[in-house]
Amino acid sequence: MTAQTGRFDGWTAVAVALTGGYLLMIIWPLVLVLINSVAVGGTFALAGFETFFSSRLYYGTLINSILVTVCVTLLSLAIAFPLAYFMTMFRVMGNGMAQVLILASMMSPPFIGAYSWILLLGNNGMITQLVQDVFGFKPPSIYGFVGIVLVLTLQLVPLIFTYLMGAWRTVDVSLLEASESMGITGWRRAVQVITPLLWPTVLGGSLLVFVRAFADFGTPMLIGQGYRTVPVLIYSSFVGEVSIDKSFAAFVAVIVIIVTLAVFLFQKYLVDRQKISMTAMRSIEPKRLTGWRNIAIHAYVYGFLALALAPLIVVVISSFRNTLYGQFVDGYSLRNYVGAQRDIFRYVGNTFSIGLTALAILVVVAILLAYVTVRRRGPLSGTLDTMTMVPYVVPGLIIGIALVTAFSQGPIILTGTFAIMVIALAIRRLPYSARSIAALMHQFNTSIEEAAISLGASKFRTLVQVIVPALAPGILSGAVLSWVTIITELSTTLFLYNTSTQTLSLGIYAQVIRGQLGTAAALSTILLVLTMISLFLLMRLPGGQRALRV
Amino acid sequence: MTAIALRSLRKEYGGQIAIADLDLDIREGEFFTLLGPSGCGKTTLLRMIAGFNSIEAGTISFDGVVINDKPSAARNIGMVFQNYALFPQMTAAKNVAFGLQTRNIGKGESARRVEAALHSVHMDHLKDRLPGALSGGQQQRVALARALVISPALLLMDEPLSNLDAKLRVEMRDTIRQAQREAGITTVYVTHDQEEAMAVSDRIAVMNLGLVQQVGTPAEIYRNPANRFVAEFIGKTNLLERDALQRDGRLVVELGEGVTLDITEVVGKTTDGTMQISVRPEAVRAADSGIQAEVVDETFLGSHSQVRARLSSGETIEFLEFSHRASLWQRGDKVTLQLDTSMLTFFDAEDGVSVMRGASK
Ligand SMILES: Nc1ncnc2c1ncn2[C@@H]1O[C@H](COP(=O)(O)OP(=O)(O)O)[C@@H](O)[C@H]1O
Ligand SMILES: [Mg+2]
Repeated sequence: MTAQTGRFDGWTAVAVALTGGYLLMIIWPLVLVLINSVAVGGTFALAGFETFFSSRLYYGTLINSILVTVCVTLLSLAIAFPLAYFMTMFRVMGNGMAQVLILASMMSPPFIGAYSWILLLGNNGMITQLVQDVFGFKPPSIYGFVGIVLVLTLQLVPLIFTYLMGAWRTVDVSLLEASESMGITGWRRAVQVITPLLWPTVLGGSLLVFVRAFADFGTPMLIGQGYRTVPVLIYSSFVGEVSIDKSFAAFVAVIVIIVTLAVFLFQKYLVDRQKISMTAMRSIEPKRLTGWRNIAIHAYVYGFLALALAPLIVVVISSFRNTLYGQFVDGYSLRNYVGAQRDIFRYVGNTFSIGLTALAILVVVAILLAYVTVRRRGPLSGTLDTMTMVPYVVPGLIIGIALVTAFSQGPIILTGTFAIMVIALAIRRLPYSARSIAALMHQFNTSIEEAAISLGASKFRTLVQVIVPALAPGILSGAVLSWVTIITELSTTLFLYNTSTQTLSLGIYAQVIRGQLGTAAALSTILLVLTMISLFLLMRLPGGQRALRV
Repeated sequence: MTAIALRSLRKEYGGQIAIADLDLDIREGEFFTLLGPSGCGKTTLLRMIAGFNSIEAGTISFDGVVINDKPSAARNIGMVFQNYALFPQMTAAKNVAFGLQTRNIGKGESARRVEAALHSVHMDHLKDRLPGALSGGQQQRVALARALVISPALLLMDEPLSNLDAKLRVEMRDTIRQAQREAGITTVYVTHDQEEAMAVSDRIAVMNLGLVQQVGTPAEIYRNPANRFVAEFIGKTNLLERDALQRDGRLVVELGEGVTLDITEVVGKTTDGTMQISVRPEAVRAADSGIQAEVVDETFLGSHSQVRARLSSGETIEFLEFSHRASLWQRGDKVTLQLDTSMLTFFDAEDGVSVMRGASK
């Protein structure tokens, strides 16, 4: 008797297909990891647990990870808060440009930072050499704890900065005027009035930074050397630097999932509990400062920008330096590019073919997923909604491990194929895409959809001819953003590639590990140029600037 | 043209009843309005007819054929929404053409019909504009053309004018009425604005709390409201409470000191008891004799003025004064009021239902 809900139609089939795909591609592999973590040779065992806590070599990595993560989170916050405060409250010359550059540094390939600081401050780094030549002593080593914290902090400040700028935009100037009228100004106002308003944002941003720093693999792998974090331990026990112990790797992976999940739930609890909803009628008008204060805020903003962009500039310059056996020597030329041209063509070709295929699948699946969860509410769509968020919580490295565990033996063998690379990259990005498209659909008026249906259009036709074209600008800028993260993704695909499916970011990693610093710099420069062109395109798109604002 | 019959129709939202056992007949080609206060279930009912809401019980039929399970897209309806609901990425002409496209109508004929539809709502000159570049009134005209161009069996409109300003509303409702007459399409129109309903409708169903209170032409429901709710909702009225008394075999009410009204012939029910009398402002007039009252205030409104006066019973009565006196009445001035007894409606004070002879339901 029901006219609409509950009828079995094409959409139910789509929901079933999506659920099936998720179960096969994500849930099943992760369950395998879970089983592996407590099973050795087919019997239940807590060997992983015992090994992990038996040696400082292993449990020490957890302590290291937590130390790094806490330091990075606090430092990022301490640097980002004044940055956002200055850039909102005061006139900063070139404000718009500076914000774009900060965003660009956030979107740049994560591990390039680590690699670049090695070029600057590593054993043979530019600054190391300079200091040694001029002062005759070696500056303190960049490897280990300090390097990881430095690189990750510079990488993650922009993230929390973006969150804070977003929150600032919602603060109405009348709030500031009210506090001023009560005699509360300057730093006291920042602390007493503004901080509580921004608190949920600060919390949300910090916890995101925490999870990112905790799960990051590339940075500690490249710059950590003896200082090993949990992801590095997972990697090395999985690929078997010392001995191959997949069960142990799986056990450590489960620890990581538990920690990140706990942090996410904690964040959700805190954010839900104290939602402050504000919309600014009048946004804050930046004030012009004079004298030393003005100089100080400019020094702060541009100082940070210099540090954030330094790695990128260094990489580009290095790519033109001559090398001998992979190490840099005097003189500049295009030899790094010319010498590795065959590899470069292969990497770039793979990046485009794999990346664009993944992007196309991602966009289509995300649209269907968003439509099913937003417009066709039902028990299945609720489950789908929850499942969609799984790759959001599970770090890329572990998704990679799960996929390789599930698809390197048994009924479906996909490792080393083009398909598995595409699937991994699409899965990694799916939660973000589905969420942003779902947000667009939530704002889209249902009566427009009903108008189409009343005019005789089927649900599918309505989706394809009315909804998607109407949301196209938002979907397109989201897709460009996804494209940037797909081409810079490293950890998810680390276990899944072979030489015929190696992308630029995987190529950079391989060359750095092999000590081919010149080739790595050339590849990094190409990836950077690709990223920048994409971001430039994004800025040009209608609504593109908004897409960047978290 | 289509006649619609709703039988024992029922709608629940999670156990909460929104429409309770509703029966309604909408005739071929008529302009039928669902009128009632916000939240009374008008939109719910309209969306059931459109096929966007589930039906918990009962039937909806078009020309005698039950269409409960027919999907919305197959019902051949034209719909006009409060928020226009134009496809934002299509021009006015493309919006109008959409429904023809889904019906696989050829390019030439489609273009011709789009042209004609836009012409009938005076929008031909703006056909290549995107909705974002049109005003609210213009967008609603395009939406109307889009709904009419497919020659629907049924035109459904949910408060199509409520986002427009007052002047446009009047202009637009004339356009709607004219377009509907020309096309002769059975139309169900939803509004909470009684004046708008009176102006456009052939017949009106007054709704409250998910129930139909009365169905009739605008004149019928104004002159002969089925109950107190309808009397108060449609137009303005004064409610006086009086006891009906048996006197010499006649039924009478005493309106004021010395003014007694014999209602034996007017009232269908002969029992005595407390009644409520609906007195329209235009049924009251100051005269030389009648009920004593004391002026509370008089508001000058140009063509007439609006007077509020207190009866000796303590009740306040509002009426219109068209006489052109040199100065307005002041608070406390004594007046005598005459009531036009042919314009009164009597309700049972207990349940508020009309006790008039031949009261409609
Ligand atoms: N989707 C819904 N879910 C739950 N209750 C609803 C829904 N839509 C309407 N209602 C309820 O049904 C009643 C009638 O609503 P509606 O038909 O929108 O009234 P109207 O259009 O006359 O203002 C209201 O009490 C409203 O709260
Ligand atoms: Mg309504």
